[in-house]
Amino acid sequence: MPAITAEGLTKVYGSRGQVVRALDGLDLTVEEGTVLGLLGPNGAGKTTTVRVLATLLRPDSGRATVLGHDVVKDAQRLRQEIGLSGQYAAVDENLTAAENLWMFGRLYQLPSATARQRADELLEQFALTDAKDRVVKTYSGGMRRRLDLASALIGRPRLLFLDEPTTGLDPRSRFGMWEVIRELVRTGATLLLTTQYLEEADALADVIAVVDRGKIIARGTADQLKSQVGGERVEIVVRRPEDLAAAREVLGRQSRGEVTVDEHTRRLTAPAEGGTQQLVEVIRVLAEAGVPLDDVGLRRPTLDDVFLSLTGHAAEDAAATPTTDEPAPAGRTS
Amino acid sequence: MTATAPPPGRTGGSTVSDTLVVTWRNLKRIPRIPELAVFAILQSVMFVLLFAFVFGGAIAVEGGNYREYLMPGIFAQTLAFASATTTIGITDDMQKGLVDRFRSLPMARSAFLTGRTIADVAYNAGILIVLMLSGLAVGWRVRDGVVEFLAGFGIALLFAYAMSWVGVFVGQLVPTVEVGQQVAFTVVFPITFLSNAFVPLESLPGWLQPFAEWNPVSTLTAAMRELFGNPSPPAGSSFAAEQPVLMTVIWCVVFVAIFAPLAVRRYRDTSK
Ligand SMILES: Nc1ncnc2c1ncn2[C@@H]1O[C@H](COP(=O)(O)OP(=O)(O)OP(=O)(O)O)[C@@H](O)[C@H]1O
Ligand SMILES: [Mg+2]
Repeated sequence: MPAITAEGLTKVYGSRGQVVRALDGLDLTVEEGTVLGLLGPNGAGKTTTVRVLATLLRPDSGRATVLGHDVVKDAQRLRQEIGLSGQYAAVDENLTAAENLWMFGRLYQLPSATARQRADELLEQFALTDAKDRVVKTYSGGMRRRLDLASALIGRPRLLFLDEPTTGLDPRSRFGMWEVIRELVRTGATLLLTTQYLEEADALADVIAVVDRGKIIARGTADQLKSQVGGERVEIVVRRPEDLAAAREVLGRQSRGEVTVDEHTRRLTAPAEGGTQQLVEVIRVLAEAGVPLDDVGLRRPTLDDVFLSLTGHAAEDAAATPTTDEPAPAGRTS
Repeated sequence: MTATAPPPGRTGGSTVSDTLVVTWRNLKRIPRIPELAVFAILQSVMFVLLFAFVFGGAIAVEGGNYREYLMPGIFAQTLAFASATTTIGITDDMQKGLVDRFRSLPMARSAFLTGRTIADVAYNAGILIVLMLSGLAVGWRVRDGVVEFLAGFGIALLFAYAMSWVGVFVGQLVPTVEVGQQVAFTVVFPITFLSNAFVPLESLPGWLQPFAEWNPVSTLTAAMRELFGNPSPPAGSSFAAEQPVLMTVIWCVVFVAIFAPLAVRRYRDTSK
């Protein structure tokens, strides 16, 4: 039986005549013991999905079962088996780390001594032992994030929700957080994590579900998604704007896919089926044509590329283009 | 019970122990944000100074000393303002996402709010004691017995408790701490001024008198004046004016009966 099944979840937020479809018929399944990465841009509905599955928000329609419990009807029973680390570190700033963990442990219905012992273990595991008696106010963003994750683990949940666990962390803390998450996965927990970075979903998730405007628009392993996008891309930045046309022509000849051009940054990219060989070829031809370059390289597809290829629109902030109450213009479905 | 699994079949969490844990949390926070208590007290002390030494000369109180008359009003005003502190505290917890964490835990649904209101009573008891000591310094006295004094103290705390339930309800409705602050002050300020806290009721315009007589801040102030044996000029012939102690208790019961269920219902509501 899957750990999570969601069918046709919808959630509409309305305020001042603006209607935002945060979830618009979202379907999802996550197998027990796997890591699902929910990937999407700002406003796609990631947090809303997590809030519904973690019993914090009742969907307008649709149903969801987590670990065999209905998220609406069986919410209280489900809460004993899940852990949630939200998008913003939710710990009490005026308590110390040790106090926060003890409190959450108690509220998770652990006996006091057990809660204290579990808190010590987690402080150790998350490298917070030295700071455990300092109030959280004095913590750095990375430390708060780690404490928040530790709080989510206090009751040894079978299923963990992590909403953008590394947003706002510097690269070093980010990799540290990845290690912590990998460690969790090794212990067999089921994990649903959201992220805006394909790279992160790639590094941590078994399966990636791409969410856009409240729907899952693609699902697969990182490799499957990338091959859908066309794998690696060659990317060049020409020095002079007047060379854009020539460079485009060269890239177009070397590549079977479509060339994208950003005139503002003088950047061109195209699928690089031929890998390094193709890159070398592009550089050679451009050099012969006398087109000076500022930058050149092969890069792996980003969330933007995945989006562009899946939806035909860039991964813009969905919140910036809410659907409104007014009748939609002809031809536009909302 | 083992560390790894919650006891089977337990779904609600234990109301008493969850409430105590949340109370503990709120009490722990008090000394860590000393500014809150310090400014609450300073604000009241400013009012004491302002009214006792600046306006006081112009206000005549039948049968006694104005400062003695004033102090119970200051106590009532301070406790009414404490609801603003509660509002802000809850809004802050909501804004920081902390409420989501509590909601995601298998704990008793009412504990998050009840714990806060209980801690607020302890906090307000502390504030009240400091104010009483300041009152003694400016000439306020307790003239009746210990029992009456304790009854007066108790009724003040009952009022604080009721106000705290208003605070936890409003705190969940307002979007940001700044708005919460505005709402609380816009409502509480006029209520405390349209009362007998600073001036005898007969000095208010006639059409305001019924409101002022029934105003819970007035009944609490009059109740404390009565129980502490401070000057308490007759304020009218309504039930509220004649039976301030009883009326205050009724008000408190009504406030709790209305706002506690509303607040808990709002907390449990997951449609937002
Ligand atoms: N409480 C709310 N009231 C009104 N609109 C909301 C509310 N919560 C979310 N929304 C809207 O619902 C949509 C989905 O939001 P959600 O927070 O789920 O996105 P997200 O994928 O988590 O985005 P981000 O990457 O920015 O965290 C957005 O358009 C957002 O503005
Ligand atoms: Mg989000």
